[in-house]
Amino acid sequence: MKKRVAAVIAIVALLAMALPMSGCGEKVVLNVFNWGEYIDLSLLDLFEERTGISINYKTYETNESMLAKLEAGGSSYDVVFPSDYAVSEMIRKDLLLPLNFDNIPNFKYVDERFKNLGYDPENKYSVPYFWGTIGILYNKEMVDDPVDTWDILWNPKYAGQILMKKDVRDAMGAALKMLGFSMNSKNDEELKKAQQALIDQRSLVAGYYGDEIKDLIANGDAALGLTYSGDYMELYWDEDADFSHIGFAVPREGTNMWFDTMVIPKTCQHKKEAEMFINFMLDPDVSYQNAVTVGYPSPNTEAMKRIMEESPEVFELDAFWPDDEIISKSEVYVDLGEYNSVYNQLWTEVLVD
Amino acid sequence: MKKAAVRIYMGLIFLFLYAPIIVLIIFSFNKTKSRGQWAGFTLDWYVDLFKDRTITEALYYTVTIAILATVISTIVGTLAAIGIHYMRGFGKNLMLNVNNIPVLNPDIVTGVALMTLFISAGIKLGFVTMLIAHVLFCIPYVILAVLPKLRQLNRHIAEAAMDLGATPSYALRKIILPEIRPGIISGALMAFTMSIDDFVISFFTAGNEVSNLSIVVYSMARRGVKPTINALSTLMFLAVVILLFIINKKSGEGEELLL
Repeated sequence: MKKRVAAVIAIVALLAMALPMSGCGEKVVLNVFNWGEYIDLSLLDLFEERTGISINYKTYETNESMLAKLEAGGSSYDVVFPSDYAVSEMIRKDLLLPLNFDNIPNFKYVDERFKNLGYDPENKYSVPYFWGTIGILYNKEMVDDPVDTWDILWNPKYAGQILMKKDVRDAMGAALKMLGFSMNSKNDEELKKAQQALIDQRSLVAGYYGDEIKDLIANGDAALGLTYSGDYMELYWDEDADFSHIGFAVPREGTNMWFDTMVIPKTCQHKKEAEMFINFMLDPDVSYQNAVTVGYPSPNTEAMKRIMEESPEVFELDAFWPDDEIISKSEVYVDLGEYNSVYNQLWTEVLVD
Repeated sequence: MKKAAVRIYMGLIFLFLYAPIIVLIIFSFNKTKSRGQWAGFTLDWYVDLFKDRTITEALYYTVTIAILATVISTIVGTLAAIGIHYMRGFGKNLMLNVNNIPVLNPDIVTGVALMTLFISAGIKLGFVTMLIAHVLFCIPYVILAVLPKLRQLNRHIAEAAMDLGATPSYALRKIILPEIRPGIISGALMAFTMSIDDFVISFFTAGNEVSNLSIVVYSMARRGVKPTINALSTLMFLAVVILLFIINKKSGEGEELLL
């Protein structure tokens, strides 16, 4: 009998613990949905403190799974952080609300170069959050040629030591850029040539990977590979291990510039508060602190000025601040529409051929 | 000679089983974030663990849901198993097969189906839907753990008790439940670990209100899984080992009493 009473008490106590967290009364709760490990969490506390709005912060791992959850319905999100091509897809599918920039005065701090980009041509729906490039991560002890061109990924000297990104846009993009074409090419002949280049490259490639590329190169298991600038920044900021033998270069032919952005989906329940949050994230102090924690370059000019004063050396890095010349030759991925399937078909043929 | 070979073979098997966990534990004390390099001993990740609001919140939900799902599914599953045990013929076979399907069904099918059900019924995804989903996929395991014990049960004991004046519910509490207790405990343990483990079904039924540890760990994929997760896994592994130790000791004592 006693045991049963104890069990009932335990269940009631657990339910009592669970309930206050699920039902939050009348206070505005902002549902923020971001990539995992992609913010300074103390900034959320600061926002809550300043505004009295509480934040329900959840994370996702790919644009695709975020879109799947958003489109499934059943729950509402107020602010999400899609990448460039996902923004254009969301605009095409009519999932986004246009932003009211009167509520986002801090938008003036966003670098002019990063406004009105291909994925959101009139800049009606999105505000850039972080940006970067794709380039070549390499081990300086294993690569003795200068790394400044895409050709090095096709250099037979490094046969069996080259890693390629298992991503259709990144792999096709590198091949297209190597051949001097646009990364958003819709020309069948150019695409065929890029595919042939990737097929020719296969005998040199040690493997096609996702996020593992960074670790494989850092550990000396491969000499060089295609990866995001952010991967190098992770190694660069690591204070406890020495990665000075690892380098990152953006090829001079130009590359892809990626952007992660802040948008408000149509499921939003508190648009004004969501805009307050976006404005908060663009505040120079907040942006600066976030950029220092995350380690990626911020599109916020004021934040970058401060980082320039404190650690000017990072501006020498291709991974953090590529030359204007490279930027001028670089491209943002745009939504390919029906050409998506053409790219996928060509890329699948490369992998299974 | 033969004995040595047996020992080496056993040693290799245990190494194979436990090497990943040992590496994980070692790297929870590693100073650097990057895997595959040792940069010195630190306890920082254990401190960070309790400062990270996404992780502590996810831990809270994981444990709460696991405990509630275990309690509910053990009660429902045990009663269902007793019911099935006393069924006969076609009905019994039907129930057993119906019970097996959720076990064999891929998680992704269960997850998407539940999500579709909740959304079409207009239920907001969140704590409750995730709990219902966990209870649902735990029940068949409890039933499967309890049924064999019921088969071993001598049905005449309960009948004798009732002949001697026990009401059916008294016989259930005093005869049947104590006899099948090991089955109930293993069913509950199975339910608990299944619930803590689950990613796919939780992912589809959690909505935006809650997320459990597996969802949080998975969402770190792009920026690399932090060693805080190693630290957390180490603590959870220790908790499971202690739990198993206690249960083994307790059930060992119980067995002796029965004998």
